Amino acid sequence: MNEIEQQAAVTPADRPIIEVKSMHKWYGDFHVLSDINLHVQLGERIVICGPSGSGKSTLIRCINRLEEHKRGQIIVNGTELTNDIKNIEKVRAEVGMVFQHFNLFPHLSIIDNLTLGPIWVRKTPKKEADEMAMMFLEKVHIAEQAKKFPGQLSGGQQQRVAIARSLCMKPKVMLFDEPTSALDPEMIKEVLDVMIDLAEEGMTMLVVTHEMGFAKSVADRVMFMDEGQIVEQNTPHVFFENPQHERTKLFLSQIL
Amino acid sequence: MTNPPVSSREYLKPPITEVGVIGWLRGNLFNSWYNSLLTVVVLILLWQLVPPFFRWAFIDSVWNTPAEACRDIDGACWSIIPRNISFILFGFFPDGEQWRPGLAMALMLGLVIFSRNRKHWKKSLGIYWSIGLIAMGTLMYGGVFGMQVVETARWSGLPLTFMLALFGMVAAYPLGVFLALGRQSRMPAIKTLCVVYIEMIRGVPLISLLFMSSVMFPLFLPEGVTIDKVLRAQVAIILFTAAYIAEVVRGGLQAMPRGQFEAADSIGLNYNQTMRLIILPQALKIVIPPSVGILLSAFKDTSLVVIIALYDVLKTTKVTLSNPKWTGYSTEAYIFLAVLYFICCYAMSNYSRKLEKELHTGR
Repeated sequence: MNEIEQQAAVTPADRPIIEVKSMHKWYGDFHVLSDINLHVQLGERIVICGPSGSGKSTLIRCINRLEEHKRGQIIVNGTELTNDIKNIEKVRAEVGMVFQHFNLFPHLSIIDNLTLGPIWVRKTPKKEADEMAMMFLEKVHIAEQAKKFPGQLSGGQQQRVAIARSLCMKPKVMLFDEPTSALDPEMIKEVLDVMIDLAEEGMTMLVVTHEMGFAKSVADRVMFMDEGQIVEQNTPHVFFENPQHERTKLFLSQIL
Repeated sequence: MTNPPVSSREYLKPPITEVGVIGWLRGNLFNSWYNSLLTVVVLILLWQLVPPFFRWAFIDSVWNTPAEACRDIDGACWSIIPRNISFILFGFFPDGEQWRPGLAMALMLGLVIFSRNRKHWKKSLGIYWSIGLIAMGTLMYGGVFGMQVVETARWSGLPLTFMLALFGMVAAYPLGVFLALGRQSRMPAIKTLCVVYIEMIRGVPLISLLFMSSVMFPLFLPEGVTIDKVLRAQVAIILFTAAYIAEVVRGGLQAMPRGQFEAADSIGLNYNQTMRLIILPQALKIVIPPSVGILLSAFKDTSLVVIIALYDVLKTTKVTLSNPKWTGYSTEAYIFLAVLYFICCYAMSNYSRKLEKELHTGR
């Protein structure tokens, strides 16, 4: 047990919102994730970094079952992810996901992109869903674009819409899979600002990103992954100032 | 290289030889020696062909005369059309009752035109169509309100063509979509079934399916049970068209980026919702052009029902031409038919382009 897990064990919050226990995953013969153990408490903000191909995206994609793990356990909000489609849908409704390439629905207007989940999954009445969608669009500073289509928006605007779309489902956890990697440099800040706002409101977040500034200022814990394993995790201060492992040091020296 | 300051920038007009009529001619017709040569040759050909045709079709022609009057003219004898119009359009439908198929077709046309507007695509549209179909069926078959019963065997001409085409397309499309989804299914039984169906139907000409439906199929039915011949032909057309639609739709489904499925999954939509709300609306939009191609050929293929002795509009025209009085005017009759088919097909492809434009959302 490392230091962080000991801390987690003494925190007053009851059960962790996400528990991953000795989880493994293979793509064919390739062992992408090896013996992953992760506990996330409600309200925790975790940044996951690591070289490409280290399995960080795969890890968070397993948490809402976009990828299937092959061994071990993943328990989200008390529901274990198995082949049972009922459980999977239950978990997905509680976990929001933001993708690298936004993945908005291009045939629907912005507001319809946002209300789709609430109306069809949560069975919210349309009027109520519209009001809620407008509220979240306002929150990501893009309410005036509600009637437009995704193709008419810039990348940064689309990503903010994607965040608002996830928020409309009132998720307990938000997963971010390299949310700024596909953006032009001048648009990264507008997306990060929205994410910082979210963090300050106490949203539980797992963020895969290379934005180390974001990690330093927002994260409660920074995790470094390499070759399918969690190499090191620590508070941002310790992580950046005093990394323990050689691989972490090498990685940080390359990107900072 | 530096750009000059904006204020001193001078906007010149392009040279006179580059714009206007002269510019267009130079750019499109005479931009190289072989294009110039082609232009001249085409102009000569047009000069040789168009005036004589015009003369034949419009100046030396007669439009509504008895057959005898056509014997000693050089031009077109369009009279064959108006003098036989009721047989060409309605075939063996009893004389004096032909207002019935006429009205039924008008009703159908009205509904089709009404359905063109996307604002009308609501539940009420289905109700209108149901009422319209019952009305059309009643008009055609009769037996109520003092209308004489007309067996389906006597339904012929344009109503038969339209009926086979419209129902063929409307029923084949959803069936094709289900087959395409089935072919992508993870359940091996469903997948195999769909693949076998699609490949079998696509491996067989429509004519042989029509023969099977008309000759072989009744052999499998128990004694005394008969299924209407028109209905059997209709089913054959539907099954045939659906297999082709299925493959086109599958292409559209495969063109959908994985991210769309993942985004739908991540907000918790189930399979049916994902398909209905996210994937199919986009996939079907992508495949509008090839689907319309299939629907157009399905429309034209309805004329193949002639081989199982159903009289569509092409066959009624041929029957007219076999009347000794009117033999020899086949050019005129076939031009008329061609125009008829062209109007329908052009309307369809024109509408599909309009739909595509309306559904375009900037990506």
